[in-house]
Amino acid sequence: MSTDRLSVTFQALADPTRRAILARLALGESSVSELAEPFDISGPAISRHLKVLEQAGLLTRTRRATARLSHLEAEPLREVTTWLARYQRFWDESHERLDELLAALQGKPADNDGS
Amino acid sequence: MAKTQITAEPGIPQIIMTCEFDAPRDLVYRAYTEPELLQQWLGPREYTMTVKENDVRDGGKWRFVHSDGGGHEHGFHGVFHGNPSPEGIVRTFEYEGAPGHVSLETLTLTERAGKTLVRTVSSFQAVEDRDAMIASGMERGVHDSDERLTELLARLQAG
Repeated sequence: MSTDRLSVTFQALADPTRRAILARLALGESSVSELAEPFDISGPAISRHLKVLEQAGLLTRTRRATARLSHLEAEPLREVTTWLARYQRFWDESHERLDELLAALQGKPADNDGS
Repeated sequence: MAKTQITAEPGIPQIIMTCEFDAPRDLVYRAYTEPELLQQWLGPREYTMTVKENDVRDGGKWRFVHSDGGGHEHGFHGVFHGNPSPEGIVRTFEYEGAPGHVSLETLTLTERAGKTLVRTVSSFQAVEDRDAMIASGMERGVHDSDERLTELLARLQAG
């Protein structure tokens, strides 16, 4: 099992229930019962998912009165998007150049929308 | 014009990329296979790309080197599988900075109304290989972007 942070984040995200939990938390902090509501799975199963997300640093939990509230932590997600953005930029720029080259080869002005 | 769509699913060792070009398929194929054309577009503008080898046939080897002009070089190589044609190219891909981590690239070129859609599926041996390849081979300055975070969250919600 890889322990680098990006791998841990990806492993935590590699489950549709956990992604749905994060999407719900993006709207605001929630209790375990609120998070469990849309799913046809047991409370302990939800708690296991929350634990995986907590260990990946994707959420933090606080106690208010009798409820345990979960909050989304965006930083690991930012690392994932930075990683994707790097790959995206490499290919965006290559394909932009290919576009220009193909236009030149066809004797057309480059169809440049300025982006 | 060129809008690159990249999909990298969490937990699946694949990257799927699509991009459409305003050119007939034969021309796009030439741009992907002829060294003097490849060198004009593949990679970031501030890098010089040199095609060291590009034997476009079943079992033929390819090797590209990107140099930043300051003594940093990134080499990539692999082998073509099956006879490459304007319909598609199948090849292995290995970043020389991470030897042994080989991926398989399948490119499919489809022409429609004079435009060509290029779809590339890169399959890695493991999710960690995919992540490592990008982290080490494509190093560039990237600005954190809340917009991309918003997009990711929207995708998480949709998925």
